Amino acid sequence: MNRRDLLKAVAALAPAALTTTIAGRVWAAPATDAKLLVVFLRGAYDAANVLVPVSSSFYYESRPNLAIAKPDVGNPNAAVALDADWGLHPALRDSLAPLWTSREIAFVPFAGTSDDTTRSHFETQDTIELGQSTKGSRDYRSGFMSRLAAELTRVKPIAFTEQLPLIFRGQAEIPNIALGNVGKPGVDDRQAELIKQMYAKTKLASAVAEGFRVRDEVVKSIADEMTAANRGAVSPRGFELSARRIGRLMREQFNLGFVDVGGWDTHVNQGAATGYLADRLGELGRALAGFREEIGPAAWRDSVVVVISEFGRTFRENGDRGTDHGHGSVYWVLGGGLNGGRIAGEQIKVAQPSLFENRDYPVLTDYRALFAGLVQRMYGLDAAALQRIFAGVRPADLGLV
Amino acid sequence: MRTNTAGRWSARGSAILAIGIAAIVTGGSAGAAEISAHDLALIDRLTWGINGSSVAQFQKLGAARWVNQQLHPTADSALPQTVAAQIDAMPDAAGLTPAAINAFQAQGKDADQLTDPEARKTAKQAYQQALNDRAKQAATRSILRALYAPDQLRERMSWFWLNHFNVHQSKAELRLLVGDYEDRAIRAHALGKFGDLLRATLRHPAMLRYLDNAGNANGHLNENYAREIMELHTMGVGSGYTQADVESLAKILTGVGIDLKPEDPKLKPALAPQLVRDGAFEFNPARHDYSDKTFLGHTIRGSGFAEVDEALDLIVHNPATAQHVSRKIATYFVSDEPPQPLIDKMAKTFTASDGDIAQVLATMIAAPEFDASLKTAERFKDPVGYVYSAVRLAYDDKVVLNTVPIQRWLGRLGEGLYQRQTPDGYPLTASAWNGPGQMMLRFEIARQIGSGSAGLFKPEQADAKDRPAFPLLQNALYFGGLSRTLSSTTRGALDQAISPQDWNTLFLSSPEFMVRQRAEAPHEPS
Repeated sequence: MNRRDLLKAVAALAPAALTTTIAGRVWAAPATDAKLLVVFLRGAYDAANVLVPVSSSFYYESRPNLAIAKPDVGNPNAAVALDADWGLHPALRDSLAPLWTSREIAFVPFAGTSDDTTRSHFETQDTIELGQSTKGSRDYRSGFMSRLAAELTRVKPIAFTEQLPLIFRGQAEIPNIALGNVGKPGVDDRQAELIKQMYAKTKLASAVAEGFRVRDEVVKSIADEMTAANRGAVSPRGFELSARRIGRLMREQFNLGFVDVGGWDTHVNQGAATGYLADRLGELGRALAGFREEIGPAAWRDSVVVVISEFGRTFRENGDRGTDHGHGSVYWVLGGGLNGGRIAGEQIKVAQPSLFENRDYPVLTDYRALFAGLVQRMYGLDAAALQRIFAGVRPADLGLV
Repeated sequence: MRTNTAGRWSARGSAILAIGIAAIVTGGSAGAAEISAHDLALIDRLTWGINGSSVAQFQKLGAARWVNQQLHPTADSALPQTVAAQIDAMPDAAGLTPAAINAFQAQGKDADQLTDPEARKTAKQAYQQALNDRAKQAATRSILRALYAPDQLRERMSWFWLNHFNVHQSKAELRLLVGDYEDRAIRAHALGKFGDLLRATLRHPAMLRYLDNAGNANGHLNENYAREIMELHTMGVGSGYTQADVESLAKILTGVGIDLKPEDPKLKPALAPQLVRDGAFEFNPARHDYSDKTFLGHTIRGSGFAEVDEALDLIVHNPATAQHVSRKIATYFVSDEPPQPLIDKMAKTFTASDGDIAQVLATMIAAPEFDASLKTAERFKDPVGYVYSAVRLAYDDKVVLNTVPIQRWLGRLGEGLYQRQTPDGYPLTASAWNGPGQMMLRFEIARQIGSGSAGLFKPEQADAKDRPAFPLLQNALYFGGLSRTLSSTTRGALDQAISPQDWNTLFLSSPEFMVRQRAEAPHEPS
């Protein structure tokens, strides 16, 4: 019996473990294992300045103002050495470089959409979230994480976003809640009880009960933060705050999550070791480290976080000390049980002849193949299930999990 | 209940309650005292939400004349004067000229060309702000009309068609164009002929820009718009057109685009008579593919813009279009899964009347399936329906001075005006809108609307004073009709309210307020 069958059998034997129903579908209580969080950097981040190709002279020629210096222990603004060819942006030194050493992070360069070269944020974000072939018409009612959720038995999905994103649209109804600006709810406990009472005999009873439950979990995690703040701890802000809350919620409640963070479209003055992009990266690094801390060592061992973006940026800097829309990106994979500390996937020398259309990183690892390979390993999905999620795709086995 | 709980309420609450009772006694502006549950359901189903004014208008005219006036609005369906004045004061209320669009684009280009990075940043921000302001004004116009126009069915259909022919404000300079698109391409034809509506959207720069036909030219084919016309706007996906039809339509649409320049494009003398211009719309024969095309089994001779008319006629008169459009209208008004016999009747009218939208609606309203749905079926409100109905009921004809809170609520609930990115428009079915996150937001918004004026009466100017008004949900209409449609469970919860604000919050959060009014109270489990 494989693990998936075992999980199915356990679920069948233990109806008491089933907690809620959403739109008639029975969701099992989440297993403590196999948690997946997808982080979407909207706006196409400049991957070449995060995973820095430090052995490429072409990189330094192409970016007179933007390049990150080669690793140098005496220079805090230099790249952090990962291996002979690659370095990490110094803004990630404190948060993520330690994970490289402990092999909890891997980078997949030359990743992205092999069949979408529109260089349009709008088009390509949709392409990725839908996870469908770009040949033929799109079904906007079917995102790939929704299809993944449909294949899993003990899954508790959630989007940590204001609105349900395309990636989670589908047959089943998936809850969403934005964690960035959650205040104390205006609807108090007494009103909540009365509202639940009103819905008790209606078909929305479970949605309403589930909603208040998620809301209260979030409020509780905010209360924890306030307690910490009262003891003098610095309260995180922005995406770090959200990510820590996500960590707490995924430790206890959910095991399939999606969150997005914008602000990566750096056409102008993006900065190098310091500046705009460095600030965003610093926050992102602290956010991911914060997520790891909050989810706790036990759950982290079974967690995989994938950081993606719609495309990379032009390899050469533009006239505004920024970068324009490009093609290939670098995806990040993190997790406590990861076979990390390495650069994964097919690679190519970073030099002018390797560029796609003489301007961008090429795509050598398709995002669908990458996700197919990951979820196949994580959940023991068979070929038929994978085809239902990513039709016509051959999974890329990067040996990460 | 009134006597039971009144003692626990604040003095202000009692005053509000007294006003409500006074309105019943005097038959004041809040309108009719008694109205049947069936009539309530009918009004609620065809308007943005029942309130005292809509009931008064209904009772003055009687059901048949009221429905007829909704289908065929007359001069006395005009906006209230204060609302009309607010709208007329907006810069492009009277329409958007190519010159105005041009001026905006020039502002954007000028900003781009500044060499000093700081000055450029400032100029770009000013340009973006100007675009944002226009989109906000468009949303304000839309909301004011939805809340206060007596021709409510036209407003419902305007939203419906705007969604059906969706454009997204974040693409290019669409923030500038959406208001004009809504007013002149959509609303003007919302109850007219479907073919005219389709043609109006096809000739509007908002659509041509959004679905990329402005770039569709002979030798540089862009299929985006051609595909969506058939898939989304007319025949529907899987209705029998082929990829070859998509390509043919794309070729037919080559040269259909936008031109903001005052002078005509330079053309060879032979082509010059083929040029078509209408405001910002242009058919440029130099960009057109003049080959003969096979489209939906017909041969269309290469002849210029006449090809577009020929192709649209074929599409509009295709039985799949009658079915697709009728099904969608029935889904909007009747049920997530409308009965096929109802759709067939509507489609038959669509075909017989050359796509007359008012007649299709009349067929729907007269059908026994529609009447049955008033009695029993739940029509879950989408966010726009929810927010508009709550504000209409809470304030009736007292005109809000600031629609920004409403815009924000719609955005938070995921159905912001002009904010649907994808051309398919927002979903119309309940399952898209009744998830846990959505319900929590609705309860929070219920509390905001129910507790006070929520910024609706604080004009947006910096030094403006809030002119607070109080939501009055427990009004004549409530006692004269709405209260009878609540389940005993809901009434039981409302009885436990500890203040009028609390009562409002619970009422707007109730399962009954999430759906359009029904002619029968929910079945009570015994």
